[in-house]
Amino acid sequence: MSQPQKAKHEQLLHISKRAALPMWKSWLIRVLSVVASLILCAIIIVLFTGDNPIQIYATMIKGAVGTTRRVWGLLQNVAMLLCVSLAVTPAFKMRFWNIGAEGQVLMGGLATASVMILFGSKLPPALLMVVVILASIVAGAIWAVIPAIFKAFWNTNETLFTLMMNYIAMQIVSYFVYIWSVPKGSGKIGVINAATQAGWLPSLGKHGYLLNILIVAVLTVAVYIYLKYSKHGYELTVVGESENTARYIGINVKKVIIRTMLLSGALCGVAGLLLVSGTDHTITRDTAAGRGFTAIMVSWLAKFNPLYMVLTSLLIVFMQKGATEISTVFGLNDSFSDIITGIIIFFIIGSEFFINYTVKFRSSKEVAAQ
Amino acid sequence: MYNHEILSILGENGSGKTTLMNMISGIYHPDEGQIFIGGKEAVIHSPKDAYRYKIGMIHQHFKLIDVFTAVENIVLGINEGKYDLKAATKVVQETCEKYGFEIDLNKKIYQMSVSEKQTVEIVKTLYRGADILILDEPTAVLTPQEIDKLFAVMRRMRDDGKAIIIITHKLNEVLSISDRVSVLRKGEYIGTVNTCEANESILTEMMVGEKVSLNIARTEPQNAKKRLSLTNVTVLSDDGRSILKNVNFTANAGEILGIAGISGSGQKELLEAIAGLQHLKSGSILYYDPFTGKEENLRDKTPMQIKNLGVRLSFVPEDRLGMGLVGSMDITDNMMLRSYRSGNGAFVHRKAPQDLAKRVVKDLKVVTPGVQTPVRRLSGGNVQKVLVGREISASPTVLMAAYPVRGLDINSSYMIYNLLTEQKENGVAVIFVGEDLDVLTELCDRILVISGGVVTGIVDGRGATKEELGLLMTKAHHSEKEGAAQ
Amino acid sequence: MITSFLHRAVMQGIPLLFGSTGEIITEKSGNLNLGIPGIMYVGGISGVIGAFLYENSLTDKSNPNAFLIIAIPLLSCLLGSFLMGLIYSFLTTTLRANQNVTGLALTTFGIGFGNFFGGSLITLVKTDVPSITLSLTSKYFAKTLPFADKCGWFGEVFLSYSFLAYFAVLVAIVVAIMLKRTRVGLNLRAVGESPATADAAGISVTKYKYVATCVGSMIAGLGGLYYVMDYASGVWSNDAFGDRGWLAIALVIFTVWRPNIGILGSILFGGLYIVHNYLNNLIPMNMSTQELIKMAPYVVTVLVLIAISMRKKRETQPPASLGLAYFREDR
Repeated sequence: MSQPQKAKHEQLLHISKRAALPMWKSWLIRVLSVVASLILCAIIIVLFTGDNPIQIYATMIKGAVGTTRRVWGLLQNVAMLLCVSLAVTPAFKMRFWNIGAEGQVLMGGLATASVMILFGSKLPPALLMVVVILASIVAGAIWAVIPAIFKAFWNTNETLFTLMMNYIAMQIVSYFVYIWSVPKGSGKIGVINAATQAGWLPSLGKHGYLLNILIVAVLTVAVYIYLKYSKHGYELTVVGESENTARYIGINVKKVIIRTMLLSGALCGVAGLLLVSGTDHTITRDTAAGRGFTAIMVSWLAKFNPLYMVLTSLLIVFMQKGATEISTVFGLNDSFSDIITGIIIFFIIGSEFFINYTVKFRSSKEVAAQ
Repeated sequence: MYNHEILSILGENGSGKTTLMNMISGIYHPDEGQIFIGGKEAVIHSPKDAYRYKIGMIHQHFKLIDVFTAVENIVLGINEGKYDLKAATKVVQETCEKYGFEIDLNKKIYQMSVSEKQTVEIVKTLYRGADILILDEPTAVLTPQEIDKLFAVMRRMRDDGKAIIIITHKLNEVLSISDRVSVLRKGEYIGTVNTCEANESILTEMMVGEKVSLNIARTEPQNAKKRLSLTNVTVLSDDGRSILKNVNFTANAGEILGIAGISGSGQKELLEAIAGLQHLKSGSILYYDPFTGKEENLRDKTPMQIKNLGVRLSFVPEDRLGMGLVGSMDITDNMMLRSYRSGNGAFVHRKAPQDLAKRVVKDLKVVTPGVQTPVRRLSGGNVQKVLVGREISASPTVLMAAYPVRGLDINSSYMIYNLLTEQKENGVAVIFVGEDLDVLTELCDRILVISGGVVTGIVDGRGATKEELGLLMTKAHHSEKEGAAQ
Repeated sequence: MITSFLHRAVMQGIPLLFGSTGEIITEKSGNLNLGIPGIMYVGGISGVIGAFLYENSLTDKSNPNAFLIIAIPLLSCLLGSFLMGLIYSFLTTTLRANQNVTGLALTTFGIGFGNFFGGSLITLVKTDVPSITLSLTSKYFAKTLPFADKCGWFGEVFLSYSFLAYFAVLVAIVVAIMLKRTRVGLNLRAVGESPATADAAGISVTKYKYVATCVGSMIAGLGGLYYVMDYASGVWSNDAFGDRGWLAIALVIFTVWRPNIGILGSILFGGLYIVHNYLNNLIPMNMSTQELIKMAPYVVTVLVLIAISMRKKRETQPPASLGLAYFREDR
């Protein structure tokens, strides 16, 4: 007899898919989830520091945008994260789980660094710049197209393939870092062409990040237009929604998969270029700094819309910077920001459920009456 | 519902048969009402509950795990006794012998034919001790021989004391297998009769309500000229079986060519072969261009290449949301599926498709909040109107439609018939794949019957009788059997 | 030298074996848990926290309770990784969130969690080096079989490990048998292949996904604990665990979802991870070449992945519903 009762108990919660919510309601749910996560984070912070949570959030805001230098730093980081997010988005829209952005960025960065090192003093500056840009784009694209080819022709699982490619890229970078290390054997490349600045992206603005930010801004609009208004964007959306439909209307699915991943990888290559030639002027195996993975969350949280991605990447970078500040001010550890980021993402991920589904609570009386 | 009997649930497509049975087997929850089993009220909230009440359901789409063997699938989900596959195999083998199933229990499901899979499904429910078996459209995918075998097994199970419910929309099957018939219409229970007191006309009347004369306006073909001719077309499936064998026919401009056959006889592959979606093992598909008078062979061309040849081929596939349309896109973007390549430059032009979307919505009376609504949210009939509207708008020279009225209400169906007739009058070669023989005989000028991938006859639509077509639909299997015997 | 190489390879392989066995159970239920690296971090740090608290509560450091000093880190490790599995299950199974996104967020969170508490403990003890040492606990965790050093090379290769190492092998064998020969294994595989079918057969998909993911997480968490307490002799330093979590996921593919192959596979991967140290003695090579050799496990995994997709043998494919959320009425 216990089993039917249990079955009844299960029925107290009935979950069903809901028709689309109005825009404002779904955004309200998302905002509420962020607020809820901030409250939870505040509680955690209070547990560790015992300080007033409002003061802590004030510290956070100060840490993220407290000074001009910090605002620039924030924007630069948003730009970098956004660039990688833009890169993975066309692939995701095609339902190709490219989680290899980390490796593609690294390969782009490696190509940049190698051109800077090998040809830094041999080519005229303008030509060098062109070669640097081309090399980074091509390297990123090649790294992305390898799993795409296998996906297109043999349906090889792209999630696992691209994931593995990340670590292969990291080892390749480590290899070259040792080969080119300065001084020899130190395991570090150091600033490349520090004296000549050959192959460096020109630095604009007070802190030298303006060019990076502008490039990413242009890319954001370009990717938005590409996805929404171009024939390619239309094709990859159809492929993502239904390969059968794509074949039916005569889209060459293999070609679209390969082309889209070339684009995805090329944009990752650009991110590598901006990181190496535009920011760090050096390369390590951590140059991508996990952005390849964070970008997946940024893109997904923004529903693959490049314009929303500006907001989601801003949110994540803001929280990271703010949390870093909290850890310094309150003597906590740097990694605190990862915990905060994790919690916020969990909440936003969870909130999607309430946007897509309704939960009907039935009173036990109702069930008993059945 | 009694033991020792076979009850048929009869109803048209979309009359609620499957939903009702899903409720009994615990997949959906009834919003109100009760189910009684053995005189007691039964509360079925999950498939597990259904098993406890000894109800077993055999779905249209088999619920089997491809990489498991037959016996692994059969014991799946049973939690009593020791887990011992060898012992289970023995028990299952006995059940099989008792009812006359022929099956290799250690074969993996993905290596099996459809009929073998169905056998596994039935054995599975029996092994679980089901006393009430529900079979949802079990004959749709079977050859006549396999149907005979299935019916024999069902009778043996009935004689063993099982209660069997068979869901179907085929009258002849109802009459030959069942003891009583319950009829559903649009989700409502109409009545139950004993099969021995029933005949086709009584059941039809119950099924469709007041007797509907189809009354489709059929005009004489004008100026019929060859438009498309297929010679010795053979198509193989992935595993090397031939799905189409030496198919020959000609479709003429200005007429509707109907294609009749048991579902899964190769209709889908035939249309896909013409549309450039199937690889031909042999044969040719010749298209006679009405504008240039040239002949083009469409064999092994991609849909893109066919289009570039200037062949205006429209195709309304069976799977509307899985192939013909993209569910999450709005009506405008779906209109664009065929035309997005038009215009210069890298960008799509949404103006024309949007106008087209508005026109289709207006002309075909599509019920929708607007052209920005994703088609997934439209009802089946409206989805079909969007699809047919788009395909017709391309002013085709050949129009192929597979089961275009499946799941549609009577008014929408007529609208589709009229649209097809209108196209025919405009000189289009229309190919119509249907399942309702009444419609085929009233709508089509000629009817091609296909059976097991072989064309068994092409008859004049005006003189054809249902009996004649029914005979042709099962013909090839006999000749095949003879061939195998030699 | 070969014996010592094999010995080190096994030591390296054990965390991978724990991780991959855990991930295999999880993936067999259809959950692609990319949070495994984070979970292994959390498993490690939870054990460290437990051990730290216990060691500090001792008044007489020379004579700890042998049971408690093992049980406390072990249980806190299991608890920490269990909670991680629970977060993943709740988000993906109950709330039907995207598995890739959830898993990656879990890894970010887990590594952050590990480094945060690791860093905090390091600050707390105020050492000169950026690490925390739990030599007392480690002594108990790293205890090898008593007669290992009396059996020569045989002892070094087969007997010279701690109980967790043998436990890893045992778990892998048990899981392999469970998957192949038991009802629970059959049901679990069914859930991963086709949740709709499993559901129709009366198997609780939700329950299986939850249990498989949480148990899988706990097993993977032990990999983190083994790494700190035995391999690293009780020394926790931030990020030292490195990319072993991803290597464990690679191992899952390499073994085509079979934990028994994982036993040898983990030793192979472990060997590839350290082989450069040994090759260096034979043929002197520079640091750069060593980095290339470290690439080998990933390259091999990619090749296996390509091979299984080209051969299209149904038995070696990933679970058919891997990565997809299940909703009963969604059909």
